[in-house]
Amino acid sequence: MVNKDSVKGTLLVALVLCLVCSVVISTAAVLLRPTQQANVELDIKRNVLMIGGLVTDPKASKATIEQTFSAVTTRYVDLRTGKFTDEKPLGGSGRAAAKISSASERLTSNEDIAKIIRRENISEVYLVEKNGTLEKVILPVRGYGLWGTLYGFLALKRDLNTVIGLGFYQQKETAGLGGEVDNPKWKAQWVGKKIYDAKGNVAVKLVKGGVNPASPEAKYEVDALSGATLTSNGVDNLLHFWLGSEGFGPFLKNLKAGEA
Amino acid sequence: MEHYISLIVRAIFIENMALAFFLGMCTFLAVSKKVETAIGLGIAVVVMLTITVPINSLIYNYLLKDGALAWAGYPNVDLSFLGLLSFIGVIAALVQILEMFLDRYVPALYNALGVFLPLITVNCAIMGGSLFMVEREYNFGESVAYGLGAGLGWALAIAALAGIRERMKYSDVPEGLKGLGITFITVGLMSLGFMSFIGIDI
Amino acid sequence: MSVSMKLKDTLLGPVINNNPIALQILGVCSALAVTTTLSAALVMCLALTAVTAFSNLSISLIRNQIPNSIRIIVQMTVIASLVILVDQILKALAYGVSKQLTVFVGLIITNCIVMGRAEAFAMKHGPVDSFFDGIGNGLGYSFILICLAVIRELFGSGTLLGYTILPTINNGGWYNPNGLLLLAPSAFFLIALIIWAIRSWKPNQVEEEVFKIAPNSRVHPAEEVA
Repeated sequence: MVNKDSVKGTLLVALVLCLVCSVVISTAAVLLRPTQQANVELDIKRNVLMIGGLVTDPKASKATIEQTFSAVTTRYVDLRTGKFTDEKPLGGSGRAAAKISSASERLTSNEDIAKIIRRENISEVYLVEKNGTLEKVILPVRGYGLWGTLYGFLALKRDLNTVIGLGFYQQKETAGLGGEVDNPKWKAQWVGKKIYDAKGNVAVKLVKGGVNPASPEAKYEVDALSGATLTSNGVDNLLHFWLGSEGFGPFLKNLKAGEA
Repeated sequence: MEHYISLIVRAIFIENMALAFFLGMCTFLAVSKKVETAIGLGIAVVVMLTITVPINSLIYNYLLKDGALAWAGYPNVDLSFLGLLSFIGVIAALVQILEMFLDRYVPALYNALGVFLPLITVNCAIMGGSLFMVEREYNFGESVAYGLGAGLGWALAIAALAGIRERMKYSDVPEGLKGLGITFITVGLMSLGFMSFIGIDI
Repeated sequence: MSVSMKLKDTLLGPVINNNPIALQILGVCSALAVTTTLSAALVMCLALTAVTAFSNLSISLIRNQIPNSIRIIVQMTVIASLVILVDQILKALAYGVSKQLTVFVGLIITNCIVMGRAEAFAMKHGPVDSFFDGIGNGLGYSFILICLAVIRELFGSGTLLGYTILPTINNGGWYNPNGLLLLAPSAFFLIALIIWAIRSWKPNQVEEEVFKIAPNSRVHPAEEVA
């Protein structure tokens, strides 16, 4: 046995330790990777289905999710033209592509109302079709709230104007105030709201102090979150961005006209 | 430019490492009895964060990330599980290098920082900086700005706490709260104060 | 002292008498941010206890082979490998919780409890003792974490482990949740109170005053008037 404090001994111990550790870690990583990836995918599918109103139980089993998701088609949309494309976003999803400069566009501060800085060129959308006709469209949306970016989905009915649901799967808003974006009661208010007014402008908005049901505007309005002005503004802004001309606006117009 | 400034301001005031994310708490509480030492440690943390976050960002984006090895002909390799190990390695190595460099070329600063440099290896604020960089998907430029901002924020917090503690040693604190207890309460109040920066936007 | 008594001491000592968070000021860093919900805190406790126990065990096993000059880096490597292992397992088996814990699993590496116990205990003691010392310190950490998480989740959002205990007004109940408890500062206040409680119970843990207030330095009320 070499003296452990000699140079030789030190190198030997370091080498053996590195080998053992790297073998252990790599084995674990390789063995567990398929399960981890399945988890990530399942999580996205679950969120799409929940917000699209296809699954109501948040603890639905894996089999149920997979089976229900088979009714959903994932398509890709080129946000520059507003048309379907066969090209997939770099990095796997629009959210990841927005970080790659060749696959995204930098927004000017006037355009960037949702404060996402860069917008991907190609984004995924989820379509639910029944007997060949479109039933639902589920769009990924994101934007800055108070503490960080809110990531979520917006589900629209076949008329591409009525909301089925809006929900966020990742947010860091203040629990109890802005965090109420996850409150089922608040989310229920979105159902049936209209997005565009008669002229085709984005009209949906959050109003402070509660919606007056008698007002003609009520069909576009949702209560703002109490005590969370900045989160409410964030939600408002992100909807205006993603439904507007820089987001999915052109795509929704094309889709309505049957030209996407 | 505006974007970077806003990132720095956010990192200093709103997402303060010590007061909003509780990072680097051990050293934060242990080395905040005197203002001078606190400032020394603060400077060391600023230097380390500004160097390690960008370096780790390069390592992560060009070696470890899923598909990052495409330039070397391995587009399907995902080594991101090695992230933790390489970050801590980089931090430990850089602490050593910085120590030797300062000893050789800037002995004054070396003597001032002396004891604190080795302590920084186990400061979670440094490690946290790199991990947040990965989680928030910062690019290289953003990571420089973020590292600097996070470091300044931490330094500001520890200097302020040391100032308060220096004054507080003359006050008559209830038995069980002496020392650590009252320090926690002070930090809590500071953290409450920093919350008023929420929503500031540049 | 019998062997089992000694083991019990190694195991339970760190919970109250020598608590890593309340007395040794170790491992506060990652502890506070994960205590807004009990489930996240429980997973964090489990992860930390496992890492401390196994790092103590493996370092104690190889302690006679570790060259002194690279001692710290060897400990670091062992700990980092264990943490990566835990992180990978969590991502595979408990994806929801691992998303909630974000970077804080990774930060176990720099958690001073793990490193501190490896250096202070495992380098000098046998594997069995070290293993139980690791579990003991993990329990001490868990004790504080679980206390905090129960208070913060129950009074902050009216639930425990996600089940409603106190129905909140927003959901049609009667309880008006204390939002402060979900924010960062409350964790500091709660830890201070726990420290206060432990030290009132065990007065030998009270710290020496740096600066003694002399009995005569207070102004006598009568003189003040004059």
